Amino acid sequence: MTETIIQSSNLFLPTILIPLLPLIGFIINGLFGKKLGHASGWIATLVMFASLACSMFLFFNLPSGTTETVTLSNWFYFNDIFIPFAFLIDPLTITMLLVVTGIGSLIHLYSIGYMHHDEGFARFFTYLNLFVFFMLLLVMGNNYLIMFIGWEGVGLCSYLLIGFWFKNQAYNDAAKKAFIMNRIGDLGFLLGMFMMLYHFKSLNYDKVAIGAMSLGVNHITVVGITLFLFIGAMGKSAQLPLYTWLPDAMAGPTPVSALIHAATMVTAGIYMIARSNIIYSLAPHTLDVILIIGTATSLFAAIIGLLQNDIKKVLAYSTVSQLGLMFAALGMGAFESGMFHVVTHAFFKALLFLGAGSVIHALGGEQDMRRMGGLGKYIKITFLTFLIGTIAISGIPPFAGFFSKDEILASAFEHNKVIWGLLSFSSMLTAFYMFRLLYLTFSNSFRGTEEVKHHIHESPTVMTLPLIILAACSTVVGFIGLPPVLSHSHNFKNYLSSVFAQSKTILPAGHQMSHSMEWILIATAVGLAIVSIAFAYFKYVKQKQTPLEDEQLKGISKVISNKFYVDEIYNAVFVKPIMLLSDLFLVIIDKLVIDLLVHGVAFVTAQFGRGLRLLQTGHVGFYMFAMVISMIILLALQIFNIFNFLHI
Amino acid sequence: MENSIQSIPQNWYLILSSFMFCIGIMGVLFRRNAIIILMCIELMLNAVNLLLVSFSSYAGNAEGQVFVFFIMVVAAAEVAVGLALLVSIYRNIASTDINILSKMKW
Amino acid sequence: MLTLILLLIPLFASLIALLFKGESVKWFSFIISIFQLVFTLYIYFVFSSLNNGLDKEITQSIKDSLSINIDWINSPNINFNIGLDGMSLLMVFLTNLLMPLIILSGLNKNQERPQILYSLMLLMNFALIGVFVSFDGFLYYIFWELALIPIYFIALNWGGPNRATVTLKFFIYTLAGSLLMLFGFLYLYWATPSHNLSWVDLTVNHICSCKQGFIFWMFFLAFAIKIPIIPFHTWQPDTYSTAPTQGTMLLSGIMLKMGLYSLLRWLLPVVPNGVAEYTPYVIALCFIGVVYASVIAIMQTDIKKLFAYSSIAHVGLIAGGIFALNMQGFQGALIQMLAHGINVVGLFYCAEIIISRTGTSDINSLGGIRVLSPRFAMYFLIIVLGSVALPLTNGFIGEFMLLFGLFEYHSWAGFIAGLTIILGAVYMLRMYQKVMLGDVNENVTVFENLKWNEELILAIIAILIFAFGVFPKPVLELVEPIASHIFKLSFIK
Repeated sequence: MTETIIQSSNLFLPTILIPLLPLIGFIINGLFGKKLGHASGWIATLVMFASLACSMFLFFNLPSGTTETVTLSNWFYFNDIFIPFAFLIDPLTITMLLVVTGIGSLIHLYSIGYMHHDEGFARFFTYLNLFVFFMLLLVMGNNYLIMFIGWEGVGLCSYLLIGFWFKNQAYNDAAKKAFIMNRIGDLGFLLGMFMMLYHFKSLNYDKVAIGAMSLGVNHITVVGITLFLFIGAMGKSAQLPLYTWLPDAMAGPTPVSALIHAATMVTAGIYMIARSNIIYSLAPHTLDVILIIGTATSLFAAIIGLLQNDIKKVLAYSTVSQLGLMFAALGMGAFESGMFHVVTHAFFKALLFLGAGSVIHALGGEQDMRRMGGLGKYIKITFLTFLIGTIAISGIPPFAGFFSKDEILASAFEHNKVIWGLLSFSSMLTAFYMFRLLYLTFSNSFRGTEEVKHHIHESPTVMTLPLIILAACSTVVGFIGLPPVLSHSHNFKNYLSSVFAQSKTILPAGHQMSHSMEWILIATAVGLAIVSIAFAYFKYVKQKQTPLEDEQLKGISKVISNKFYVDEIYNAVFVKPIMLLSDLFLVIIDKLVIDLLVHGVAFVTAQFGRGLRLLQTGHVGFYMFAMVISMIILLALQIFNIFNFLHI
Repeated sequence: MENSIQSIPQNWYLILSSFMFCIGIMGVLFRRNAIIILMCIELMLNAVNLLLVSFSSYAGNAEGQVFVFFIMVVAAAEVAVGLALLVSIYRNIASTDINILSKMKW
Repeated sequence: MLTLILLLIPLFASLIALLFKGESVKWFSFIISIFQLVFTLYIYFVFSSLNNGLDKEITQSIKDSLSINIDWINSPNINFNIGLDGMSLLMVFLTNLLMPLIILSGLNKNQERPQILYSLMLLMNFALIGVFVSFDGFLYYIFWELALIPIYFIALNWGGPNRATVTLKFFIYTLAGSLLMLFGFLYLYWATPSHNLSWVDLTVNHICSCKQGFIFWMFFLAFAIKIPIIPFHTWQPDTYSTAPTQGTMLLSGIMLKMGLYSLLRWLLPVVPNGVAEYTPYVIALCFIGVVYASVIAIMQTDIKKLFAYSSIAHVGLIAGGIFALNMQGFQGALIQMLAHGINVVGLFYCAEIIISRTGTSDINSLGGIRVLSPRFAMYFLIIVLGSVALPLTNGFIGEFMLLFGLFEYHSWAGFIAGLTIILGAVYMLRMYQKVMLGDVNENVTVFENLKWNEELILAIIAILIFAFGVFPKPVLELVEPIASHIFKLSFIK
């Protein structure tokens, strides 16, 4: 039983090479990593660049507006449901491919420098290649199950890489937490897939979309499927209430944070919803949920970010916040804007993380911003590139973040003014804490020990080169999507238009905003950003304030600094009760109830035996007497027809 | 042969063997000497034998008498084994009183 | 004839094994088990050629070569009826795949009276194959009982501390189950019009539905004890942690599958009305058991007991999938039996390696083994990932199909059973973290490198985990016809 496999075109080879190359890198490094030594890093990087080249090839050779399916085999089947191992190549996939392989290659390159002294050098690149392989499966699959392989696979690699320094149990805890929280989301994803299988008998994107369209708008099934899938996205993309693993995930090496926990893996949820845009358009209720959760996450994480002092934690919360912004965009049906922000965010957030890594590298592992300061003088390249990243994320034109954020805010203004207000506020907070980060790290004078100060040095070229490239990209990448007031054609939108064409017909069309309105919005956003930057400048450069030590905090700032005690609440509400339940089940039900019954039966039997054996007196006379008496009784029963009476 | 057995009415056989059997039972139940108990068991078996022979004769069927031979063989074996056991018990405890032989309990 | 040879080789080998002295018996039984594996593969190829549309005569001759049916005892009517279908073949394959690994695991160990131990293991092999190939109720019952005897003696003579009590509990527990099954079969025998316990007859001519409930419960209790389904599981954790590792591997890898296999073979198609009537209760028991056992596993500190509870959770899911009464449930159950057999043997073997080197099975006094033996850590991680059902490992496809089967039965059943993917990750990763990661614990400062046979076993298991995860199709193709056959039989006409 096989479904016909369609092999097509000249795109077959590059398509399968894209995921295959990192897999080969993984196998080589996995088997021979120890012997290869530092060559393993170059091999891993090489396969990544080769994979990038293949992605570019697809980008230039895929006729616009078309999709290609490359089927490798029928993976498995049951009943009449086939799950093919097949790849789907369309503009959306290619966008993600370019982001993953492009930023992935740069981060691989950077890691060669960053991990140079680590004893697990080869292991690191093994995991990193494996991660890219799974990430590519995730974005390339033509059905939800292939996506799910990648989905769980990147979760695994995230687990392995967060716990990369496995001697530290706190890191291992963070890794475990990430895996388990992702698994909670994965259960949602699975249930979503089951609903699709049950109702549509297929997991292929197109067949599911066709099936959903036949059901109509806001049909309970479609709402259910989309909600379940969104639970998966919540886990993977760190949305409320499943976000707490992402800040903890900063335990991993910094390039990992850049690649997995900023640029690629955490945007998988957004990719998934964009990929399923048709069924999501058919479920406006779900879109509302996404909008609310996205906005809430964006705001919530931004507030926590205000008072974090660990340089990576600030970036982590900013990532959560930006992801929330992207989900808000999806929730408004602005799928292209969401994807646009994924792309720009990937560049500047990777840049920021790598810059932070360079800072940490320079300071020999210090991550607390209270022990930094004045680094701009010592590590100039890092400082300049970091500055570009910070401006980009704050939404100052003409850097990348401005264009994508502006687009989302414009859609929000059209959609709902309250949402617009909240998102603008969150953007303002973003600008503030990012510049707070920048000033605390690079301005004023150094606050750490003399010994550390003595060792401060700029990172090697393999590390600064990716920074420069990413900074350049963060500057220009925004121009692929100019707002309507500046340009008639939005290149990014046009490129993706074929993917989202169908959902555009389903969703109610928004009216075109007037140019003057748009100018006002842009001015407001930029104005708010500049105000908060100025405030940060005033506070941290002019007044030279430094954040208080943890124990000096009071009131609301203590609550914020402790992340609203969400971890503690989860611990008290979920973790502790389950542990208690576990003991309870074992001690009360297993040992007490069930074993009591089982042993009770044995005990009763033994007691019977103990009682009856007393009849065994050892006196032959008694035995014979009993025998005779019994015979007489039996005889009597026979004579008086008792047996007949009893029907025996 | 038939005449000599059938010359006595069958009821008498029944009464006689019932008496023999009851004497046997009483002996088994009330005597304490193991040898006498063994003899009483023989008595019970012979009561049954008598009954079998008489019935066989009256019914004109030889099967009953075949049974008697079986029973005699079994009884002989039983006496041989039983007496051997008793002899060895007597050697050990110098008694054949069944009330003393009560070690096989519980 | 092929099936008979397959069945009898281990029996004769177990007798011959008694003649050996010293260590050579291990090699003898290893060679026998390898031969059995090769022979099973040969039968698989013969069998799979059945599907290739050969002409009728050849098909018939292949079928004849696989099954034997001769009169054995006339009253009661017992036939020596053995044969192979996809399901039997899969289980026989599992048995003969695991036997070489289990025997190999004992090669470098000092074991008392090895000739008796390995003879018993081969006898066990014989009985297990017998269970899987029997197509007559009484014959099946005989093999079912026979399988209990060798494992009882293995656990009793080669087990750990407190083995007498634990083994007795295990023995009496399962024997009680078997007794119920015997009642069931006797009742079935008198209730069938033909007075014949041939599987084919039983599945075609069902007995009156009023009598099916009784037989359902008799059979179900017997199987539930063996599987085990909560609340009949309390023999299992103790037995697993007390029995010698080879015994535990036999028990958990193969013997549990007897119960699951029997659900599909002797319960569903034989008493479909009874099944239809009581399925809701049974399925509730199954998925409650999944969550219950997983939750207990979270706080277990003894590594073997943790695996025992995880095994209860997994087999509970398989049993649930079977009672969901749909195709994906059946197929998922069969493929998951294979996967679980491989994974659980791997897990217990890892536990054995750790315990034999460190002398403790308490996960709190372990730690940092990954620092000392990265290779072992890698193998262990792969097996753990297989048992938490990561995609592309063998655990995933079975679990996916089982959960979908349960979901199709009832969406809440799917959801509750689905919690296993979260809880499974929790207890497995917690265990892995405490045992393997972190800094080196003072108990484990020395961790001997893997010996060649240990590494070989782990590598084979790791390869199998990926092989069946990436290429599940041969297994699915093998079991599909019989699964759909049983699916058809299990519905009331």
